[in-house]
Amino acid sequence: MGFQQYRFGAAAIGLMFGFSMCITLLGPSNDFRSGVSTWVGLDKQLSLGRVIGFSYEDPLVIGDGKPVTVILDKDPKTGATYDPPIRAYVYEPGIKFSPGVNHNELLGPGVMELSLNTGKIGQADMSNGAVFTIAQGEFNGEEVDYIVNQTAVSGWQPGQVLKAAGDENHRYVGKGKTIFITEGCWWCHTLLPEQTQDWQFFGAPPFLGDMNGEMPTAFGSDRKAPDLLHVAARNSSREWMTMHFFNPRLVQPNSIMPRFDYLWGKTDINGKSIDYKKWRSDYTAYVNGQSIYPPEVPEPARDSEVRALMDWVLTSLR
Amino acid sequence: MLMKYLFAKNDEIPAGSATIFFGFSSIFWFVVGTGLGSFNAAKLAFPDWVTGTELFAFGHMRQVHVLAVILGWISMAFGMTMMYMTPALGNTKLWSEKLGLWTVFMWNVGLSLGLILLWMGITAGREYSDLIWPIDLVVIFGVLLPLGINVWMTIAHRRTQGIYITNWFFGACIFMLMIVFLVGNSPELFNLTGLTEAYLTFWFAHNVLGLWITPVAAAIAYYTIPKLTGNPLYSHRIGHLHFWAIIAFYSTPASHHLMSAPLPEWLKSFASVEGVLILIPAVAFVANILLTMKGKWSMFVENIETKFSITGVLLAIPLNMQGGFQQTRAINWYVHGTGWIVAHAHLALLGMSSFLEAAAVYFGLQSVLRRKLYSLTLANLHYWFFIIGFCIYWISMTIAGLIQGAGKIYEVPYIDVVVAEHPYMIARWAGGTMVFTGNVIWLYNMWMTAREGTIVPAGRYAHELAYER
Ligand code: HEC
Ligand code: HEM
Repeated sequence: MGFQQYRFGAAAIGLMFGFSMCITLLGPSNDFRSGVSTWVGLDKQLSLGRVIGFSYEDPLVIGDGKPVTVILDKDPKTGATYDPPIRAYVYEPGIKFSPGVNHNELLGPGVMELSLNTGKIGQADMSNGAVFTIAQGEFNGEEVDYIVNQTAVSGWQPGQVLKAAGDENHRYVGKGKTIFITEGCWWCHTLLPEQTQDWQFFGAPPFLGDMNGEMPTAFGSDRKAPDLLHVAARNSSREWMTMHFFNPRLVQPNSIMPRFDYLWGKTDINGKSIDYKKWRSDYTAYVNGQSIYPPEVPEPARDSEVRALMDWVLTSLR
Repeated sequence: MLMKYLFAKNDEIPAGSATIFFGFSSIFWFVVGTGLGSFNAAKLAFPDWVTGTELFAFGHMRQVHVLAVILGWISMAFGMTMMYMTPALGNTKLWSEKLGLWTVFMWNVGLSLGLILLWMGITAGREYSDLIWPIDLVVIFGVLLPLGINVWMTIAHRRTQGIYITNWFFGACIFMLMIVFLVGNSPELFNLTGLTEAYLTFWFAHNVLGLWITPVAAAIAYYTIPKLTGNPLYSHRIGHLHFWAIIAFYSTPASHHLMSAPLPEWLKSFASVEGVLILIPAVAFVANILLTMKGKWSMFVENIETKFSITGVLLAIPLNMQGGFQQTRAINWYVHGTGWIVAHAHLALLGMSSFLEAAAVYFGLQSVLRRKLYSLTLANLHYWFFIIGFCIYWISMTIAGLIQGAGKIYEVPYIDVVVAEHPYMIARWAGGTMVFTGNVIWLYNMWMTAREGTIVPAGRYAHELAYER
């Protein structure tokens, strides 16, 4: 058996496949590493938390273990007003931090140094929780945004911030994105405007530093509906969204978007149970022209999934 | 019966058992997968059809369809062909029938579990690698590794001198698929984030198609066509050109799936060029098989397995012409993210690949069961339902995609595109449902073959016998 073709073959396969992995994996990883987190990138990772989708903290993928984004119009400690209001990202004790807080190199050059030195993110401790904000600074003559650990810098406590803001200023962004993933919105909607004319319609595509620390990105590949990356910039009406999610045909008769009424859960905002059967028969009557007005859409409960979903759409997709 | 064999001694298990279990599992998943596809298509055509239940929402069902057909039907059909072709080509018997049966068992259990979790919404949220990482590990170490060991050991224990091209593909593709699964799921295992995650998602998606679904399907044709026609393969050397070109070119253009993402420009250009080079293995394969048919073209009409097989090869022509060019920058921006791509995906999987596997499953089950197909009429019915349904699907989605592309340039409000696409959505549903119906017929036909098909005498092939019925 002089020439052993399988030996040669196995080596050649290993070599060629290895070479192709070097080009397609090692090559780009250098480019990825140089990505400097933008404000959008920092906002995304801080509001989404460590990971969306199946994980230790959220095995059932229902949005457990996520931080809460809070819209603050005044400092919870000093009472000084913020105009315009700022976003604070509240991690209650035990909630896992977003990847950039522990793996600082993910933030990119400049952002990392400022976040560590000025923002003191190294002092954040999961067992006590922390509150983060985003600030602007200068690094080597370049303007960059960086993370501030307000718990270490200003002594803000998570519970205190949540209380000072009140429920109407809480945004359950992390839970909302979880619902975007589990409900499969991304099988119809993309989060990535295409090149060309798409930009005029759906807005600019993301920058390199816009998704540092985000997992999963869920760009979507297969679009049968408008791109959502900047949807809240086109349409920021919670009332419209409420009707549209309950039954898209209420506001857009030709839509093929499914009804997401089941995301309302059992009760509405006043604790009254929602009678879906009646709603559907009233709606059918409306469609058949037997009544002039469609039935009223129930107002979502505070802890309902659709509220979190709208929080994410209206807060993150700008 | 499976349970009995799982704990039997290897020598006591009749040869071919693994093939049979794999074969019927694959057809079963084919029926399930296309049934789900048809359900999804109905939901896109008639959005108010089944509403109000979370589990039957489109977003919960779509990925179940995709993975049921890819990992259930196509990959199990691959497993089946590996179980009977690898030993036949090495002039030996399968290294371990028992390991083969365990593979089928683990595969069915793991896949069912993964799909049920996905269905409930327990997902990783990454397209094509939707399965959560514990299930991915089951796939890699519980399914692919034992399958690989069986194939590699069978090849090592062959009693022929050379290794036939089909076995080259089998051995290499299982190995590469394991690597692809490991690397592709590393974002979930090691919490990689951001663009790295996005890129690895499509690195995985691309390589699963390019290093598993299309090459193994082609490898199958390298066996079935010479076997059925009795002609030797036109050129083993062109076969090798195909094999090596796949490894060199097909493993690289992953980023052509993300042309509008902020990936490095050099990577996108590189991907575009490499993507066109995929035409080399593609043309080599198609030419090789069609030239092998020389003098036997009547079998394309007369013999059901050849009919399936050659249809698959012919569908590879438009597939590769689309694939090679639609990923260049000049064309990609127009078709990307539209129904065109859905049409293309089904041309690859439902068209080219599934036809080749269907031929191999027809042929393999008859030879291993040593029974002739129960009913040729039903098989022909399956073929025509399949091909007509597929063409309706493909053409309607291609048109829908072109409408979406035009909608992009002319900046019409998106809802007008949705309205314009609607008739094609209904056509797609009708076509897909035909494919599903054909598959139900197939399952029945194969079941009856196992029970009542005419016994094939030793030394003969099923397709050589005349029908008595
Ligand atoms: C079957 C595909 C499909 C699914 C699934 C789907 N949508 Fe839609 N969606 C559409 C279509 C089509 C439109 C455009 C017509 C309309 O306004 O209803 C749309 C419109 C929208 C809009 C308004 C866009 C704009 O430009 O004004 C938003 C916001 C939206 N969807 C969010 C979601 C969310 C969140 C989910 C998941 C819970 C989701 N969609 C799931 C098809 C879908
Ligand atoms: C073996 C056969 C099949 C295979 C391998 C297959 C594979 C796939 C794949 C890979 C996708 C994802 C496409 C993409 O993201 O671009 C998909 C989506 C889909 N398939 Fe299939 N499919 C098969 C049969 C069918 C059938 C018979 C139907 C019935 C109509 C069907 C209906 C659908 C639908 C509706 C989608 C969703 C498309 C979308 O989201 O726009 N498939 N399938």
